[in-house]
Amino acid sequence: MNALLAFIKKEFLHIFRDPRSLLIIVGMPIVQIILFGFAITNEITEAHIAVVDPSRDEHTTALTRKILSGKYFILDEYLPSEKQLEQSFLKGKIKVGLVFEPGFSQKLERGEHPQIQIVTDATDPNTATTLYNYIRAITADYALALHPSKATPGGIDIRTRMLYNAQLKGVYFFVPGLITIILMLISAMMSSISLTREKEKGTMEILLVSPLKPVMVIIGKVIPYVFLSLLNGTVILLLGVYVFHVPIRGDLVLLFGEIILFIITSLSLGILISTKVETQQVALLISLMALMLPTIILSGFIFPIENMPLPLQMISNAIPAKWFIIIIKNIMLKGVGMAYIWKQTLVLTGMALFFIVASVKNYKTRLE
Amino acid sequence: MREQNDYIVYVKDLTKVFGDFVAVDKINFRVEKGEIFGFLGANGAGKTTAIKMLTGLLAPTSGEAVVAGFDVRREPEKVKYNIGYMSQKFSLYDDLKVSENIRLYAGIYGLSRKEIKRKSKALLEELNMVALRDKLVGELPLGWKQKLAFAVAMIHEPAVVFLDEPTSGVDPITRRQFWEMIYKASVAGTTIFITTHYLDEAEYCTRVSIMVDGVIEALDTPKNLRLKYGADNMQEVFVLLARGEHTLQGKIKKEK
Repeated sequence: MNALLAFIKKEFLHIFRDPRSLLIIVGMPIVQIILFGFAITNEITEAHIAVVDPSRDEHTTALTRKILSGKYFILDEYLPSEKQLEQSFLKGKIKVGLVFEPGFSQKLERGEHPQIQIVTDATDPNTATTLYNYIRAITADYALALHPSKATPGGIDIRTRMLYNAQLKGVYFFVPGLITIILMLISAMMSSISLTREKEKGTMEILLVSPLKPVMVIIGKVIPYVFLSLLNGTVILLLGVYVFHVPIRGDLVLLFGEIILFIITSLSLGILISTKVETQQVALLISLMALMLPTIILSGFIFPIENMPLPLQMISNAIPAKWFIIIIKNIMLKGVGMAYIWKQTLVLTGMALFFIVASVKNYKTRLE
Repeated sequence: MREQNDYIVYVKDLTKVFGDFVAVDKINFRVEKGEIFGFLGANGAGKTTAIKMLTGLLAPTSGEAVVAGFDVRREPEKVKYNIGYMSQKFSLYDDLKVSENIRLYAGIYGLSRKEIKRKSKALLEELNMVALRDKLVGELPLGWKQKLAFAVAMIHEPAVVFLDEPTSGVDPITRRQFWEMIYKASVAGTTIFITTHYLDEAEYCTRVSIMVDGVIEALDTPKNLRLKYGADNMQEVFVLLARGEHTLQGKIKKEK
């Protein structure tokens, strides 16, 4: 027991004396959450809009004012005709053009259906669709206020409710994903590097000759990183809750239990990597290329897994982060309990066990 | 007849086979308490494999090895508590302080807190390194590091210390000092099992064994070996043996 404590103490000293390790462990989570939280967002605000409105009558001005009143659109200019729109698009001045039919109000008063054309810059399809939806929604709203009875064609009344994230905030989506990525990175990468460093420097040999059992060496390596990862997870959660107002609707104990499970899974994966490679560089390369990229791209963090081709969907099942993102989103945003996430929890537990058994086996064969 | 436990290292027909390559082929030798046992051989002769078996890093294919009274096959854990080890690669942590390195290894070998304190102090005084206790090991010159590594390898007072080319890359003066430490330890009763590439160092050993192609070709005191092979120094003995020119078979092989 004393031997293990001495070893753990040494591990902490390594981390605190190495500026690079410290930077990764302390700096990265904070930089990442601020980057993702502020810069990368799928919410669009202040999109520039040009309006073509020949009649400038009661309804067109009222509707235009309504569209411009939110934070979503900024009026670039009024254009005399539709033809000038393209120039503005080409110059990159606007994202949307709004074209009213001449004599808009008159037609509306007569009970006809005057038309509005929405022109968007679809070089970025997501932005185009989002802006189109904003205007459609505002227009529908306006029409509804005008003729409450007529706005329900065929008597079907559509009322949308966005559950769990009513304002469709991007941060709600990124904070759980970010915790996943950072835990994965710190746990898997740092532990694999730290173990291969012992191999590279030759100290591993001394440890293997010493009475310290290989299992103890692994446990001693892992404990500091469990601790630091947990600390990091907590910092990100706090930032998420207090800076970005992301809710934690579920049970905190369950949430931390699952976080610890994921840390153990990632750490055991890092150890497995270190049993297979000899140098720190290779360990770093494998952690980054083989772990980080698939984790970011295939875990559902950025791209929805449902839209991927089947082979990629199947690969995504092998990525621990995929299961953890489902778990953590469900706990934080939906507030569900174990009854709803036991399947994913089981998958993660299975993966962790597999990695641990594989690593211990690999370490034993090094001793034979 | 003496019991095998009377020897610090007792090796009988020890063999290690990798696939169809016989790295160590039925070697036999005994090392007595307090001896400085030189374990020589060219690269690839099977030295490292033999040491790995004696220190419990590698399981023997067949044969028997008893180190510090414990069978390496049946009680590897007990063997580990009773041996010290210092490898050719540097065995301390550069980013830890001198005192932290001492404490770490003392802790790993299960010394109590009180013992660690007492031992650290004695060790630093003995090495004249008290003033350097809070320095990072990485900042020390190589010679100092090697001496510290040797002292640390003996912190748990092992019956035998395995030194795997401890002096490679060290300047002559430091090597000299290093050997003084080895002598001191041997006089105090610690058995030294050392491999080296410097054949002048072989002269300092109580007895020397020379391994060639997985077998022990010669084992005796440096003086006897010189007389036997009619050589002026160990260098000549080694070259003679390693080239295989001392046997008729070897001569034939050579001429082909």
